Amino acid sequence: MPLLEIDDLAVTFATPGGDVRAVDGVSLSVDEGGATAVVGESGSGKSQTAFSVLGLLAKNGRATGAVRWDGEDILNAPDRRLRTLRGEEIGIIFQDPMTSLNPFMRVGSQLAEALTEHRGVSRREAEREAGRMLDAVRIPDAKARLRQYPHEFSGGMRQRVMIAMALLNRPRLLIADEPTTALDVTVQAQIMELLADLRREFGMALLLITHDLGIVAGACEETVVMYGGRVMEKGPTADLFAAPTHPYTVGLLAAVPRIDGDGDLAAIPGDPPDMSRPLPGCPFTPRCPLAHAPCPTVRPPMDGRRACHAPVPDVRALAARLAPEAAE
Amino acid sequence: MLVYSIKRILVAIPVLLILVIVSYLVMVLAPGGPTSSERTLPAAVIANIEARYGLDQPLWKQIYDYVENVVLRFDFGPSFLRRDLSVNDMIAQGFPVTLTYGALSFVLAVAVGVPLGVVAAVRQNTWLDYLAVGFSVGAQVLPNFVMAPILVVIFTVWLGWLPAGGWNGGAPENLVLPVIALGTSFMASIARLTRSSMLETMNSGFIRTARAKGMPMRKVVLRHALKPAMLPVISYLGPTFVGMITGSVVIDYFFSTGGIGGFLVNAALNRDYSTMMGITILIGALTILFNLLVDLTYAWIDPRIRY
Repeated sequence: MPLLEIDDLAVTFATPGGDVRAVDGVSLSVDEGGATAVVGESGSGKSQTAFSVLGLLAKNGRATGAVRWDGEDILNAPDRRLRTLRGEEIGIIFQDPMTSLNPFMRVGSQLAEALTEHRGVSRREAEREAGRMLDAVRIPDAKARLRQYPHEFSGGMRQRVMIAMALLNRPRLLIADEPTTALDVTVQAQIMELLADLRREFGMALLLITHDLGIVAGACEETVVMYGGRVMEKGPTADLFAAPTHPYTVGLLAAVPRIDGDGDLAAIPGDPPDMSRPLPGCPFTPRCPLAHAPCPTVRPPMDGRRACHAPVPDVRALAARLAPEAAE
Repeated sequence: MLVYSIKRILVAIPVLLILVIVSYLVMVLAPGGPTSSERTLPAAVIANIEARYGLDQPLWKQIYDYVENVVLRFDFGPSFLRRDLSVNDMIAQGFPVTLTYGALSFVLAVAVGVPLGVVAAVRQNTWLDYLAVGFSVGAQVLPNFVMAPILVVIFTVWLGWLPAGGWNGGAPENLVLPVIALGTSFMASIARLTRSSMLETMNSGFIRTARAKGMPMRKVVLRHALKPAMLPVISYLGPTFVGMITGSVVIDYFFSTGGIGGFLVNAALNRDYSTMMGITILIGALTILFNLLVDLTYAWIDPRIRY
C-alpha cells in the first residue's frame, strides 16, 4: 500500500467569473520512503494538488475525490484530524521562502512552536531541538541564528529554515512545493542536495512539486506530468526521460535548456489553457501537433502510463516539430 | 531609537513655529478683527483696545512677541473675548474635560472596534461578519452630530436615565452619552480598518505556514496575524486619539461639557486670536507627539524597522 494515494482528485475554485477547475481527475501515489515528482507549468494544478492533501486550499476552493494517507481518507477530514497531520505526519515547504516565514517573529520561536504544538515539550527544550535541526540543515552558528528575524537571513538560508521547520517532527512525508523556484541556481543545487541527504537520513518520503525538469531526474524515482489540471503521463522517472510517450512530455523535455545548446530557448508554441473554460477532451489539444478528431471532445483514458489518443510518437521527429530551435 | 526620538522632537520645533506663523497670518488676513462688531466703536476706543493687546504693532513684531511669551513664559496671553480668563486658564479648565471623555471614548472605540474587525475577518462571509459590517456601516452613517440628539431623545427624554448635558465634575452619568456619541463612528472606522487589514494578512504566505504547522485557528490569528494586521490600524489611531482628546466641537456644544472644543468655536466666531492660537498650538504639539509614538510603536512591532 502506498503511503500517500491521491485518487481522482478534483479541485474547483468559485470565482466571480464562474467556477474554475484547477485540478481534474488527478491520481498519483507516493511510496513509503519513496519520492514522486509532479511536473507541470504554472497553472497546471500541481500546487493545488499538494495543498488539497493538507486541506490548505484557499477558502473558495473545494476538493473532491480521495486522498488516502496510510489507507485513511484524509481529504476534507475534520480540522482536528488535519491539525495532527499538518506538521506532525506530513511536513510542507513552500515556493517563496521570503514570504513563508513570519517577519514579526524570531526564527527560534517560529521553529519551536512547530514542536510545542505537537509534543508536550517545554519551550526551552523545543528551542534546543530547533537549534539541532538548524545544524542538520547546515545553517552555521545555529544557536545565534535562533534569536534572529527572517529578514536577517538570505533566501537560501530562509528555505533551509523552512525545511528545518517542516522536519522538526520527523514527518513520514515532506511535500516540497517549488522549493527552489525563488532561489539562485547555485543555491537551488545546494537545497536539492540537502533534501536528498535529509531524505536518506530520516527515511522520509518526498512529494516534489516543480516546473523544473532539471531537478527531477536526481531527486525522484517517480514522475507525474500535469497539464491543464490533468495528468498527461506518469511513470518511473528514468523511463519517462528516456522514452516519453506523451506529446506534452516530449515538448517539455525538448524545452529543457542544454549547456551545449546555442543559447536559444525552445518553447512549445501556443498558450496555456483557459481553466475557466476547459475543453471536454484533452487540454493539450490546441498546442499538440498530433491532435486529431477525438482529442478536443473525448477525454483520453489513462492507461497506466499515459492519457493520449495518439499512438506513441517517434520522439526525435516530434521534438523537432514541438521545439524546432532545440533540435537543430 | 533614543537618538531618533530626540531628533524627531527637535524637528518638531520649527514645525510648530511654522504652524504659529501660518495660523497667525491666516487669522489676520481674514476680513474683520477682534474689534469689529455690530456697533461701530469710536476710533479712539479701537486704538486703545489695539494698543492694549499689541495689535497696533507691525505684524512681525506681534508674532515675535507672541512666540517669545509662549516660549519663555509658557504664556498663551489673555483672551480677547473673556476678560476674566487667560488662554492658559481656558486650556487648564477645558483640556482635562476633553481629555477625560475623549480618552474614555477612544478606549471604548478600540476595545470594541478591534475585536469586531478581527472576528469579522476570521469569520468572513458568515452571519457574524455581516452583522459586524452592518453595524459598522450603520455607525458610520450616524456621525456624532446625529448620534448625540438620538441618544438624548432615547436616554433622557424617553427613558429619563441620564442627564442631557452638563459636566458635573465628570460624574459617570454625565460621561456616558458624550463618550458613546463621540466614539461610535470612530469605533466603526476602526472595525472596518481592522477587518480589511486582517483579511489581507490572513492571505499571506506566513499564515499558510502557520496553518501548515498544525496550529489551531485561534493561535494562528492571535500569534501570527494580529500584530501585522494592527499596523495600519495604529497609523490611524495616532491622529484619531489627538482628535478625540482635543475635543469635539459637536460634543462640547451639544452636551455643554465645557471642553476646549467649545472654547475653540467661540474663539473662532469672536476673533479671539489668542485663544485660537493657543488651542491650535496644543493640537499641533499633540499631533506631533502622537505621530512620533505611532512610529515608535511600528519599530516595536516590526523588527525590520530600525531608526
